Amino acid sequence: MRRAAVSAAAWLVFQRDLTLAWRRWDEVAQPLIFYVVVTTLFPLATTPDLNELSKISGGVVWVAALLSSLLALESLFRSDVEDGTMEQWVLSGQPLGWLVLAKVACHWVLTGLPLVLVAPIVGTALGLPFNAWGTLVLSLLLGTATLSILGGIGAALTVGVRRGSVLLSLLVLPLAMPLLIFGARAVSMAMDGDSPAGPLQLLAAIFFLVLSLGPLAVSAAIRISVEN
Amino acid sequence: MWTWLHKFASPPHAYRLLGRLAPWFGWSSLALILLATWWGLVKAPMDYQQKDAFRILYVHAPSAWMSMFTYVVMAVAAGIGLVWRIKLAHAAAAAAAPIGASFTFLALATGSIWGKPMWGTWWVWDARLTSELILLFLYLGYMALRSSFDDPQRADRASAVLAIVGVINVPIIHYSVEWWSTLHQPASVTKLDKPSIAIAMLIPLFIMIAGFQLYFGWAICRRLRGEILRRERNATWLKEIS
Repeated sequence: MRRAAVSAAAWLVFQRDLTLAWRRWDEVAQPLIFYVVVTTLFPLATTPDLNELSKISGGVVWVAALLSSLLALESLFRSDVEDGTMEQWVLSGQPLGWLVLAKVACHWVLTGLPLVLVAPIVGTALGLPFNAWGTLVLSLLLGTATLSILGGIGAALTVGVRRGSVLLSLLVLPLAMPLLIFGARAVSMAMDGDSPAGPLQLLAAIFFLVLSLGPLAVSAAIRISVEN
Repeated sequence: MWTWLHKFASPPHAYRLLGRLAPWFGWSSLALILLATWWGLVKAPMDYQQKDAFRILYVHAPSAWMSMFTYVVMAVAAGIGLVWRIKLAHAAAAAAAPIGASFTFLALATGSIWGKPMWGTWWVWDARLTSELILLFLYLGYMALRSSFDDPQRADRASAVLAIVGVINVPIIHYSVEWWSTLHQPASVTKLDKPSIAIAMLIPLFIMIAGFQLYFGWAICRRLRGEILRRERNATWLKEIS
């Protein structure tokens, strides 16, 4: 039997995850709803004045995106490890890094991308000016994509652990702090009228670093979790 | 030819060796720390700007250095355990983590105490302090991940991956004062120029760092022995010597 090309295998993984998510779309929608609810908490907790809120709007949108992504990450590998699919992938002879990258990419399309698309709306609700929309979307695109891979490392390490979602957040948040710093900084610079090129380029650099080395760490972590 | 090296991976041999080394590390570190404390508090000259308050440097700088050093030791040990599957390396990483976390906490606390009179604030969210705080979270996350698994082998290997992924933070801490304009003072010693601190102040600092390193040696000997005891509690060799 000829072994399939890794691109064909990765594409199959991507399609399978999309199909599975389509059957459980309410699970996919939950992080998005959480995102909107969390951003609503801030004006209720601080001030309803849009001028004051706009100062923290970029940061609040970013933090909410971070937390919602973390919530969604817990179920990234859980069902596949539980029913033995992951073991088959490890044994399949295909490069595991590509298969998990396809899985993470699908997860990002389902959870990260909706956050990015809704971000300008919730940002405006917090007083974010229109001139910062482009930077907000671009920084969140890079940030959520990076976070999906980084979170994939954490999810692979903690799969099957009881109360794993708290541990996952504890592990991923320190690694995600630089993303948050640069992303929120880019948005606030754009709001002030300065060019956000610096932080955006740093975000892009982090994204490419994590994209190239992340799948290695994720596949190592998966092998460890599946071994027993 | 390499038997002498391979012996270090054997728990009974390591247990004996660590037991013999520990007192040497312990007493020498105590001596050097006491010497550096006296020298730094009494003999070293006053700083022209900060007067006597700068002397907290002699605890702050060595702890910060040790916090980063210990993380690298932990990550390297974890890497050796992961690649060569040497259980003792994993045990060493596990033993090093609380020591590193304590050094990090000490660095943050002494820095904060120093900052209040000098900068007028207990804390500032600049690059170096933030990345050192992230280091503390990485240590705590490592220890939390370890304790969340019942299977010791999975605990070892999973936390090894985490330690290796987190090592990127150490150069960030070190170069943070170069890459960003921060309130924290830039490097005075670990740079390619001659040091920007007076020799009379530098010598007790080096002695204190040496003392802290020896303390680390003592602490890791003791904790690694404890780790070995815990992991090998059912082994015959342990029953025979106890």
